Amino acid sequence: MSDLKNNSLRVIEVNHLVKRFNGLTAVDDISFSVHQGDIFAFLGPNGAGKSTSMKILTTVLNPTSGEVYVNGHNVVKEEHRVRESIGVVFQEHTIDEYLTAYENLYYHCALYKVPRKERKERIDDMLNTIGLWDRKHHLVKTFSGGMKRRIEIVRGLLHYPQILILDEPTSGLDAQTRFFLWNHIDKINENYQVTIFLTSHNMEEIEKVSRHTAIIDHGKILAMGTNDEIKAKTGTASLERAFLEVTGYSLRNA
Amino acid sequence: MEVIFTMWQRQIKLFFRSKPRIIGSVAQPTLFLLALGLGFGPVFEQAGDMDYVQYLTPGIVGMALLFGSMMHGMSVIWDKKFGFLKETLVAPASRTYLLIGRCLGGATSTIFQGIIVFTLSSLFLGYRLGHPGVIPLLPVIMVIIALVFTLLGSVIAAKVDDFEAFPTIMNFLILPMFFLSGAIFPVSNLPSFVQVVTRFNPLSYGVNLLRETMNLELGAANLFDLGVLLTLIVILLFIGRRVFQNIET
Repeated sequence: MSDLKNNSLRVIEVNHLVKRFNGLTAVDDISFSVHQGDIFAFLGPNGAGKSTSMKILTTVLNPTSGEVYVNGHNVVKEEHRVRESIGVVFQEHTIDEYLTAYENLYYHCALYKVPRKERKERIDDMLNTIGLWDRKHHLVKTFSGGMKRRIEIVRGLLHYPQILILDEPTSGLDAQTRFFLWNHIDKINENYQVTIFLTSHNMEEIEKVSRHTAIIDHGKILAMGTNDEIKAKTGTASLERAFLEVTGYSLRNA
Repeated sequence: MEVIFTMWQRQIKLFFRSKPRIIGSVAQPTLFLLALGLGFGPVFEQAGDMDYVQYLTPGIVGMALLFGSMMHGMSVIWDKKFGFLKETLVAPASRTYLLIGRCLGGATSTIFQGIIVFTLSSLFLGYRLGHPGVIPLLPVIMVIIALVFTLLGSVIAAKVDDFEAFPTIMNFLILPMFFLSGAIFPVSNLPSFVQVVTRFNPLSYGVNLLRETMNLELGAANLFDLGVLLTLIVILLFIGRRVFQNIET
């Protein structure tokens, strides 16, 4: 992490995080930090502990041990402060199919206490940027997976969070949606200095998008740094090769 | 507070957007009302001086509230399965308020079913309220009864993750509660050990309170019914708070 400015604010700080489920260790003593304005990716095979870490960062799960601070707040003791600071896009859809696009976004505003007067304008703006303004009064169940994902991304931004956390945001999406999505995330990061934390197992996307990456497997961080640093350390030409070098070439059954 | 209102509104919207759900939820108690009212009415009347429709109607309203409210817990499992629960769990909103909003929404949509049953019975079976003045009391009592069972249903649903198991568990609880509540026949003639069971049945107090209000037979004993129901709501809220605080998806 040589290029990490020491004076920059660390918006995510994780110290010796451990999470066990009935004897199974999903996250095994990991520590890392993400500085403000960064795009930080957790890269790992299925079952590596990415989603579990992400659920702890978003206060859905409590850690077994270790300390996690998001935007300076402890995820266990100050969960509401953490929740106010983050926007979350989960791996699976978390949108209400029997509500319209507008209602889904409006209810989000209500749950996050967005000032009433600003709600309509924010929602209309967001729906415009994702090209779904004319469908705003349609039930979400009539939408495709890509359309739902677009709504989930803007929903996560409606309350102007400092950090956007995305778990496998592009899995199962078509190329157009993926392209749009990464551009949009880049823009948010660029224009509003929103810190992005994401998990993925898509190497090419991570190589293009993230500035810092942690390769995680079996609940441990195996390599961490800028993508160039990781490649240099492993003596490989692509992040994909570096990833295989670090995590091994054998198939997984977990 | 807006959180409660938001969840309330959402649950009501979900209910009224599903036509099959509305029809099904109204059809079942209606069927019971007609079958029992027309079938057993003459028998009861021959046996004594009891006006069975006057007895039965509040019981079937109670039944509609019981079935609708308990099954409303299904929406918790639904939201867990289809993800919306997670969206509410990462929001900076009190989970107790989320639970209260959900249950109030469920209770409101079930009292709609109760009111339909009451109206149908008045129109077609000749049911008469004891006094029109009790009408404003009815929705209040119905919400209290429905809250007990929406809370119970939601707490069980939060613990049971299984789509298939939930209705089975619910039927196992609902049917004995319904039969042993005095909804369709007086429990005072039952063997004494069964009568003891009915005293542990929350619906007994609900049906009793509802019947004696609707037929204007109110007495001091009804305060006890009300007290039991309100106490149950407080206890279930306390349990529900803990369950929803620790819910992990």
